[in-house]
Amino acid sequence: MSLPELHKNHVRLPDGSIEKTTTTLNLGPTHPATHGVFQNILELDGERIVSAEQTVGYIHRAFEKIAERRPLYQITPLTDRLNYCSSPINNMGWHLTCEKLLGVKTPKRVDYLRIIIMELARISDHLICNSVIGVDTGAFTGFLYVMQQRELIYEIYEEVCGSRLTTNIGRIGGFERNFNDIAFRKLEQFLEEYPKVLKEFENLFKRNRIFMERTIGAGPISADRALNYGFTGPNLRAAGVDYDVRVHAPYSSYEDFEFNIPVGKTGDSYDRFLVRNDEMWESLKIIRAAYQKVQEFKGAEAEVFHADVPEYYLPQKKDVYTKMEALIYHFKIIMGEIDMPAGEVYHAVEGGNGELGFYLISDGGRAPFRLHFRRPCFIYYQAYSELTKGAMLSDAIIVMSSLNLIAGEMDG
Amino acid sequence: MGLTNEHVQQRLQEKFGETLTDFQEPYGFLTFTAPKELNLKVLHFLYDDAELRFQFLTDLTAVHYPDRTGEELAVVYHVHNLVDNIRLRFKVFINIETPDVFTATNLYASANWMERETYDFYGVNFVGHPDLRRILNVDEMDYFPMRKEYPLEDETRIDKDDEMFGRGGHYDYGNTTDEATGSTVPESEQQKDTYPV
Repeated sequence: MSLPELHKNHVRLPDGSIEKTTTTLNLGPTHPATHGVFQNILELDGERIVSAEQTVGYIHRAFEKIAERRPLYQITPLTDRLNYCSSPINNMGWHLTCEKLLGVKTPKRVDYLRIIIMELARISDHLICNSVIGVDTGAFTGFLYVMQQRELIYEIYEEVCGSRLTTNIGRIGGFERNFNDIAFRKLEQFLEEYPKVLKEFENLFKRNRIFMERTIGAGPISADRALNYGFTGPNLRAAGVDYDVRVHAPYSSYEDFEFNIPVGKTGDSYDRFLVRNDEMWESLKIIRAAYQKVQEFKGAEAEVFHADVPEYYLPQKKDVYTKMEALIYHFKIIMGEIDMPAGEVYHAVEGGNGELGFYLISDGGRAPFRLHFRRPCFIYYQAYSELTKGAMLSDAIIVMSSLNLIAGEMDG
Repeated sequence: MGLTNEHVQQRLQEKFGETLTDFQEPYGFLTFTAPKELNLKVLHFLYDDAELRFQFLTDLTAVHYPDRTGEELAVVYHVHNLVDNIRLRFKVFINIETPDVFTATNLYASANWMERETYDFYGVNFVGHPDLRRILNVDEMDYFPMRKEYPLEDETRIDKDDEMFGRGGHYDYGNTTDEATGSTVPESEQQKDTYPV
């Protein structure tokens, strides 16, 4: 075979490709700067992005299908794996959805304890997101520095439920056990140490010239477009819309607390950073107030950690061995033999990334007939190509981390 | 907070008359059913009306009801009026043989991926969608996995009896009995009369 012929067979360029002036770049699926399994096919003109096309679904695990064959309590571990930076919020959201369907009313102390856990989770979520923006702009220190505080939050989870990342925390009706003294002591330690750390972290970034130059104007979005794109949570608030599920549809007694909803103006990466930062301060305020309210319970009330719903709440193990009723309920719950009322529920909570919704249809069986998760990440990631159009390649990375995209939540 | 469920219902009935049915308020959430030709008209009316302003699409998904012959699939819309803070949900029932509804992408940019997801899992054909491809599953997949006829687990398994979990026996998933022997015990666990020497 002659050489030209060999070349012809070896390299096959599409027609007209010689005139192509843009470069195609595969950002991901596994790229050190994308923090998760994302693929973006970028069309670049020099260093400017002409268009970006996202591919999602690399870690799709069919949770909605799996949930159709599981009793309610076995679905909680599935929700852990949505936004795994703040799994307790997902768990609580799921319990609240079930409680709405089953008509379970939780005691106030349970609500306040839940709020403490949820706000801790929000802090750990925002902490990761904000410090990762720092990493992507070249400041690794902040990321490592706040890790010790996240560690403390995880230790509090550990005292309450025994696990750290995928928590499976709480049960329908309350918690699996009461908070022990170590949990409260660690919470106090956190409330003591954390403000200083957050202040230092803030000083590192907030008015940092390099950080501001990198993030201001990176991936801005107007309030109008953000709403049209289904943005919720900090990303929507950064664009100037003060929509927060905790205020608009209070759950778990959020109406008992005073807090502000920080909003931004331009919806760019810097505003998203600031909104998350301010939200951490607000969360801290809520935790303090909630902890104070928890301490006000005295006597028998201070021991309440679940609602009195024997049909759905697993009895104490010592009762299972000694009491007939408890044994029966234990068996029925574990075997998933409790029928739930037929009905359709939509319940939303303010997750780390926005409105995390659970759409649950029950036909009166033991497992949901249909369960759909409204996953905020999945919905707002669509805007990514619009956000990065015309931006520099390095901005694409920052926009991605400032949107706080979590692959687990996106792919469901 | 001027807007109430009753008022929204009244406005909808004024506009669309008897075509909207099954108005309910489970857990304080206004729900109704719309005919499939009207899904976009209803959405447009809810969006454009100066009073209603349901301009935020919270969620879009589908449900498969195998028992409802002729209208097996339901497309479910959750919309939210953020100004008056009121939500509503409506369903559009379609035949599984001709699963066509109009797309909402011209109204809501967020509908794009949600419709792709719904297509991916239920095969709902959104007429007019700019880019109706699979999104979470692989492109080569040739079925719609969230439909009820597709079992969760390997179809060849006969050792698992679903009687205890979920709605076992309600729908035949085809994996509860071995057709050849009529037994629920897998071949590997059956008592053998003879043993290999």
